[in-house]
Amino acid sequence: MTIIEDAVPAPRGSDEETAPLLEVRDLHVEFHTREGVAKAVNGVNYTVSAGETLAVLGESGSGKSVTAQAVMGILDMPPARIPRGEILFRGQDMLKMSREERRKIRGAQIAMIFQDALSALNPVLTVGYQLGEMFRVHNGMSRKDAKARSIELMDRVKIPAAAARVNDYPHQFSGGMRQRIMIAMALALEPDLIIADEPTTALDVTVQAQVMDLLAELQREYQMGLILITHDLGVVADVADKIAVMYAGRIVETAPVHELYKRPAHPYTRGLLDSIPRLDQKGQELYAIKGLPPNLLHIPAGCAFNARCPKAQDICREKVPALFPVTEPDGTELPGRGSACHFWKETIHG
Amino acid sequence: MGRFVVRRVLQAIPVLIGVTFLIYCLVFLLPGDPIRALMGEKQDPHLALVLRAKYHLDDPLVVQYWHYITGVFRGDLGTTYTGRPISDIVSQRFPVTLKLSLTAFGFEAVIGILAGIFSALRRGKFLDNVVFIATLFLISIPVFVLGNVLQLELGVNWKLTPVAGIEDGWPASYVLPGLVLASTSMAYIARLTRTSMIESVRSDYVRTAIAKGLPRRRVIGVHALRNSLIPVVTFLGMDLGSLMGGAIITERVFNLPGIGGQLAQSVSLREGPVIVGLVTLLILIYLVANLAVDVLYAVLDPRIRYE
Repeated sequence: MTIIEDAVPAPRGSDEETAPLLEVRDLHVEFHTREGVAKAVNGVNYTVSAGETLAVLGESGSGKSVTAQAVMGILDMPPARIPRGEILFRGQDMLKMSREERRKIRGAQIAMIFQDALSALNPVLTVGYQLGEMFRVHNGMSRKDAKARSIELMDRVKIPAAAARVNDYPHQFSGGMRQRIMIAMALALEPDLIIADEPTTALDVTVQAQVMDLLAELQREYQMGLILITHDLGVVADVADKIAVMYAGRIVETAPVHELYKRPAHPYTRGLLDSIPRLDQKGQELYAIKGLPPNLLHIPAGCAFNARCPKAQDICREKVPALFPVTEPDGTELPGRGSACHFWKETIHG
Repeated sequence: MGRFVVRRVLQAIPVLIGVTFLIYCLVFLLPGDPIRALMGEKQDPHLALVLRAKYHLDDPLVVQYWHYITGVFRGDLGTTYTGRPISDIVSQRFPVTLKLSLTAFGFEAVIGILAGIFSALRRGKFLDNVVFIATLFLISIPVFVLGNVLQLELGVNWKLTPVAGIEDGWPASYVLPGLVLASTSMAYIARLTRTSMIESVRSDYVRTAIAKGLPRRRVIGVHALRNSLIPVVTFLGMDLGSLMGGAIITERVFNLPGIGGQLAQSVSLREGPVIVGLVTLLILIYLVANLAVDVLYAVLDPRIRYE
């Protein structure tokens, strides 16, 4: 675990004005279970500035959602525990705040959009009630005013006939419309940061694009920071500014979005990109990364990816790679790029 | 919803007729002669004939039942073999049972649900274990044992509550019997509420409620509780009927002059009309309670629609 000291922090704004909205530093999260301690997040660093979109990419169990839930403050503790790390929001460590202080930030300044809107919305309350609750609880608005604002919000996320549908229940909406309601709810108090945890996974492909476009549009308009958690490389390309790829609770690669697609600097990222089905390879067998993600109760020594990596050498089984800064072969810096691979040079240039 | 209620009320009519007929048959099949029982040692064959004719006792079962049920629809529940109107018995006895059952129902709902919520929220902690042991205790002890023990301790030894009877009126005379009657169901309600509450506290929509920055009281009270009450309400509704039935034992222990004592007496005297009348009344209450549950269901869970 010596990688922490020499870990390269994610890129930051150079002066005070562009100081990051959110900065996660060396975050660790573990779950105490009957079988032992599952280390879900093992030293994650990232930053998000206003108006910026960070995509966090990874398989299930890579720790991407857990990191987001830690930022949001909705982890169940216990069984979860945050043994170390800082989560700075506007420079203040939220992990040191009182319960009440954190509650006031939730929803109002940092909001979250969940994957499955049908189960994430309360089935027995009208959508108007659930939207209006934001205004009533955080701003002390009256029921009537809150309802009027809810209708505006529903209009804002392009739900047709909002005024007529405000008293409907979640099950009366289609999947796409329900996700719009989730977005409206997150947007209600114009937060500075929105965390979207696989917001389109549960939707049809056509609806996915609509919802993603809406989210991107609203983000631009309100200049919010957006953390987009996904395992879908396609979703990411259009909307994200930068990407952090997670594996076994660590960030294994960071890069501005288009550079990552062009030149991945980590074998895992390369594997992910290669497993996207492509039209020009029709008829050929699909590529898949061999093996399975490691058990979080027993993360292997060295690089967690070593057992699945085609390039693995002895050093990979012994030493945990730090997030090395990635440069051109001539030594020119590539801002924002990092790779936690001992052989990043060979991966990107070779 | 209105149409649903009307349909359910109409459905209740054949149920009531069927049930009364069944009970009538059962009483008819009971061995023994009610008129002989009535006359005791001074048997008078002539008077017996008159009485048998008056109460249609020599008619076939179906004819007897026809006389009875047409009377019921005219609002006449009939009389006992001593000539006392059954409606008279009902109006005298029934309020006692009703007060007892509703007192028990109140205890069951309030204490049961609160205990369930608190043990769900303090899952695995001290309070949860206390509730668990208490419910286990209540479920395993028969009502008549619990009734007699509490009566002896609280009533006789400590003189905290009236020992028996209804001289002290409501609530004094009904508190202890009510608690005893409610005991088993109260334990089930606590268990059910706990399970259902734990499930909804873990649900996605509660996580959403927390992510919205709602205060904990609101997360639990509005978002978690309402969903977890749905199965509890069903149980409560159905239990109202069983409480009335269970009241028979409790009434005996605490010597309350409700329909329980009356039913026992009527069975031993073969007083068919009385038995049928009282049991029908219980069934009627059961049906109404069930209907109320179904209606409440739709209020609690908008996904259920009756059209």
